[in-house]
Amino acid sequence: MSRYEIRLSGSGGQGMITAGIILANAASIYEGKNAVQSQSYGPEARGGASKAEVIISDEEINFPKVTSPDFLVALTQEAYDKYSKDIKPGSTVVVDGAFVKNTGGGDFRLYSMPVTGTVLERLGKQLGANIATIAAANAIGGFVSEEALLKSVLSMIPKGTEDFNRKAYGIGLELAAEALGRGPGKGL
Amino acid sequence: MSKDKRFLQGNDAVALGALYAGCRFFAGYPITPSTEVAEKLAAMLPKAGGRFIQMEDEIAAMAAVIGASLAGRKSLTATSGPGMSLKMENLGFGCMAEVPCVILNVMRGGPSTGTPTGPGQSDIMQAKWGPHGDHPCIALTPSTVAEQFTETVRAFNLSEKYRTPVIILTDEIIGHMREAVEIPAEGELEVIDRVKPDCAPEDYLPYDSSKGDVPPMANFGEGYRYHVTGLNHDASGFPTAKPSIIDSEERRLVRKVEANYDDIVKVEEFMCGDADRIVFAFGSSARSAKDAVLALREKGVKAGLLKALTIWPFPERHIKKYADGGVKGILVPELNLGQAVCETERAAGGKCPVEGLFRVDSEAILPSQISGTLERF
Repeated sequence: MSRYEIRLSGSGGQGMITAGIILANAASIYEGKNAVQSQSYGPEARGGASKAEVIISDEEINFPKVTSPDFLVALTQEAYDKYSKDIKPGSTVVVDGAFVKNTGGGDFRLYSMPVTGTVLERLGKQLGANIATIAAANAIGGFVSEEALLKSVLSMIPKGTEDFNRKAYGIGLELAAEALGRGPGKGL
Repeated sequence: MSKDKRFLQGNDAVALGALYAGCRFFAGYPITPSTEVAEKLAAMLPKAGGRFIQMEDEIAAMAAVIGASLAGRKSLTATSGPGMSLKMENLGFGCMAEVPCVILNVMRGGPSTGTPTGPGQSDIMQAKWGPHGDHPCIALTPSTVAEQFTETVRAFNLSEKYRTPVIILTDEIIGHMREAVEIPAEGELEVIDRVKPDCAPEDYLPYDSSKGDVPPMANFGEGYRYHVTGLNHDASGFPTAKPSIIDSEERRLVRKVEANYDDIVKVEEFMCGDADRIVFAFGSSARSAKDAVLALREKGVKAGLLKALTIWPFPERHIKKYADGGVKGILVPELNLGQAVCETERAAGGKCPVEGLFRVDSEAILPSQISGTLERF
């Protein structure tokens, strides 16, 4: 594939940067594609809008920043408002519908799913929502094979958390299947 | 054997490159966007038989690095703008006392505390002229994560070979971005160690340049006793006020670097052969420039990129070659308000127009900004 730009955004501390690293690692190490991951964040360690960006390409990637995303994930309204302005016409947008209430309309395909709430409800904590999010995003966007992504997840998480993260990963796949079943929306 | 391919952050690649080059000492004080280097080496150095010290500030860190190097350890410190300002006094001492060591400056926006999490390229002149007085300066500017590794190895090699501090000038974008790197196998890259004296300790003169501009260097603790000072000194290392020695030693200090342009200055020439316009770029801006050149070539515009991996000594001969060759102009994109562009203008010597493209809003220069400007030449 030629240059494909993915932006993952949320609130600082939600693990979107880790999710981006996991995806880019899967693409470059396990699938032999070119991938670059970068991020931007404020001076605060928690809170504030935070984004991770991943570019995947069969060609050499020089400019490392995303300028018009083909694919946007936003877990909070603040992140959506800040990082959705430059999305490409015809792009795909995935939001956590419990927190992103207003996307307006536009030339994009919207998939909404309650990812943070479902992880909290089923696993007892929000930790893992980033793994569910990247699993769901990949199921919708088809960036890398499911096998490569799961392998990358397992290679990057702390030892002893494999079961927990596999469950989170499974939740993401389920939510994506439901969202795909409903079909894309035009806006919230 | 399969290649050791890893998906790495730019800062981590510096840490791994340092270990590969034989670095076994790090002293530093954490500062965004360089902290990951310290974090990584705090974990890895002790396992490699090295030492990691978090010092009370950047001044002390630079002093510790010089001390460790005098005792024979290849040494590194890592910092960013405000910390780099603090290191200047001891950096000058390192140049004067001819102590090999490597200083990483992951440039962020400035002046002062500036924008800690945003990129900058505004310490180009500081790298050269931060320490007072005439002194040698070698500064390298990697622009990929793989180059973060290889240029760190080269930085150590040059510092050992020329017995002088070497600066790696990278920026927040390159330091924090991640891409895949093939880690070179042991022995794949050359690793240079300082030349030690072959005379008896009692005959040793630490600044004896009778056999060349770079005197052999003894490690403290191995029986060689000598004096190290920031004062102008003679071959024995003790201060001198003799004008003829001050003059010859000052000139040697600068010459040992300046006379070795071909060995030190590394520039990648991309599509320059038939180019009628050139972009001279380094660090993260060189990545934007490469995309700009590729986009222009698709449109039939003959653009070329001179990518500097060494920014000091300044790649003036490379620039002069194209200026003399009759290009329509040279563009210098940089994340500051005009530093390398002035040196480029000097190197071009009026033979062609030289224009700067500057950005200081904590964002990267876009390829389209560069191609748009180049197209007008």
